Amino acid sequence: MSSGISRADVEHLAGLARIELSEAELDRLAADLPAILEHVATIQEYVGQQAAGDDVPAMSHPLPVDNVFRADEVRPSLTPDEALSGAPESEQQRFVVPKILGED
Amino acid sequence: MARTDMDQTDLTRLSADQAARALAAGETSSVELTRALLDRIDAVDAEIHAFLHVDPEGALAAARASDERRAAGEATSYLAGVPIAVKDVFATIGQPTTCGSKILEGWMPPYDATAVAKLRAAGLPILGKTNMDEFAMGSSTEHSAYGPTRNPWDTTRVPGGSGGGSAAAVAAFEAPLALGTDTGGSIRQPGAVTGTVGVKPTYGGVSRYGLVAMASSLDQAGPVTRTVLDAALLHEVVAGHDPMDSTSIDAPVPAVVAAARRADVKGLKIGLVRELQGEGFQAGVLARFDEAVHLLADAGAEVVEISCPSFVHAIAAYYLVMPSEASSNLARFDAMRYGLRVAPEGVADPSAEQVMAASRDAGFGDEVKRRIILGTYALSSGYYDAYYGSAQKVRTLIARDFAAAFEQVDLLVSPTSPVTAWPLGDKLDDPMAMYLQDVATIPANLAGAPGLSLPVGLADEDGMPVGLQFLAPATADDRLYNAGAALERLLEEKWGAPLLAQAPTLEGGAR
Repeated sequence: MSSGISRADVEHLAGLARIELSEAELDRLAADLPAILEHVATIQEYVGQQAAGDDVPAMSHPLPVDNVFRADEVRPSLTPDEALSGAPESEQQRFVVPKILGED
Repeated sequence: MARTDMDQTDLTRLSADQAARALAAGETSSVELTRALLDRIDAVDAEIHAFLHVDPEGALAAARASDERRAAGEATSYLAGVPIAVKDVFATIGQPTTCGSKILEGWMPPYDATAVAKLRAAGLPILGKTNMDEFAMGSSTEHSAYGPTRNPWDTTRVPGGSGGGSAAAVAAFEAPLALGTDTGGSIRQPGAVTGTVGVKPTYGGVSRYGLVAMASSLDQAGPVTRTVLDAALLHEVVAGHDPMDSTSIDAPVPAVVAAARRADVKGLKIGLVRELQGEGFQAGVLARFDEAVHLLADAGAEVVEISCPSFVHAIAAYYLVMPSEASSNLARFDAMRYGLRVAPEGVADPSAEQVMAASRDAGFGDEVKRRIILGTYALSSGYYDAYYGSAQKVRTLIARDFAAAFEQVDLLVSPTSPVTAWPLGDKLDDPMAMYLQDVATIPANLAGAPGLSLPVGLADEDGMPVGLQFLAPATADDRLYNAGAALERLLEEKWGAPLLAQAPTLEGGAR
């Protein structure tokens, strides 16, 4: 696979990641990322070289963990004031956010 | 150490174990100890910049409380009254927690990380919060939004990263103990390049609750100290199962302090990792490493060479797994519930999405953006299997290399970092060059194995510290401490003093 990544690709990815990058930042990332992607892409070849038929399992986590459950009991937790203490804006024990729906 | 009239310089030079014994013997008080360290921070931190925040009042209050409990004859923990510095990635009530980022500037967490709560319960005064690469992304601490930390051995050089602040604080005698986190080497590599000790416990050995998450399947908290025994003492305080972290190991903590006191490598089988030496490793690093390995062999360890062929692909796998997890974890910085909120310029009545995008642009630094974009790319449909999927398979191959190696040997060794501390700014414009510095530390994170770095001397070409790393099987952290303490003793017998005795004193530095 080509590890080519264009400036337009970076702009699209920044949109997906919800970061409003400046023109200068887009230029810089478009210049930086190809070398990094070229390096990381080498693992595809390495994985492909593993003995045919040995379908190496994916490892997402270093420990074999199953889902962990706890008893459904009320426990001490943050008060509303504590939970809201870092909020940019709050009102009546709620987070105040900018509009989330369009005008139309 | 038997002196009772210890002046302040002496107090800052005590190891945590020496300080604990002096406190128990009534030779000093926690208040005296804490004051001495706060004075030292005052005197040298303008030059080093290890701390983002210092909390004299909180530390002295905790010290007074510890002294009172001791005076009243109450049972105290072994390290009660011994001050500590905490990396700014840990949530702390009463002290800002920024993670080195503008997006969290001034954030006061409403809760303590479990590791921090354990420090408080054990009576350790918290001196302050240490500098770090933003969100722990970096190998030099130059990616901190609050300016770099400088290496106490040579203030024109980096202290490593991401935990350069914790390592420098300990190396500069501003604290005997510090807490760090290690996602790809952020405890061990700063330890290596500052001549200090750093341990990444087995994944899950210390609770991640209250750590600002970077890569959840790799992040691990651990001790940063000047001696192997001190690391073991701190390890015992912070380790253990935590119901608040479902990935923490529900089993007894390995007997690390007993292992550090045993310090005997006779009969141990130690494997030299063939892939982690030679090309790309600085000559002075290899020279000190080889000498240290010979000391181990002379002390009765059986040293053999072991091949771990997948390790050479660890960096590539890591720079897919880590950015992928980070891009997901950092989605929480949405300018809605905490952290920076910035209105986009020239937009009347902006939407939540526009505010989010503007805030993330203003609040995140270049390296964080780079990794978020990289992770977003690796996880996007069409590329997921080729990138993230392949990286997860390499992870399996690396874990298999470890498993095969540990069928033959008790421990693996390698240099911790391929190079010594480099000049500030040297690798800042070349991200790939910076990433390659983690070649020896990353395999342990990918497999969940524990690792310990300790100083083994100074490189001939630049006089900067060199670190050696031991790696052990998961949950066998005690083996690291046994071998680490043994090598430390052999080296100090040879040197006649700890390596840090050779570091500049820094006194009279910039105020």
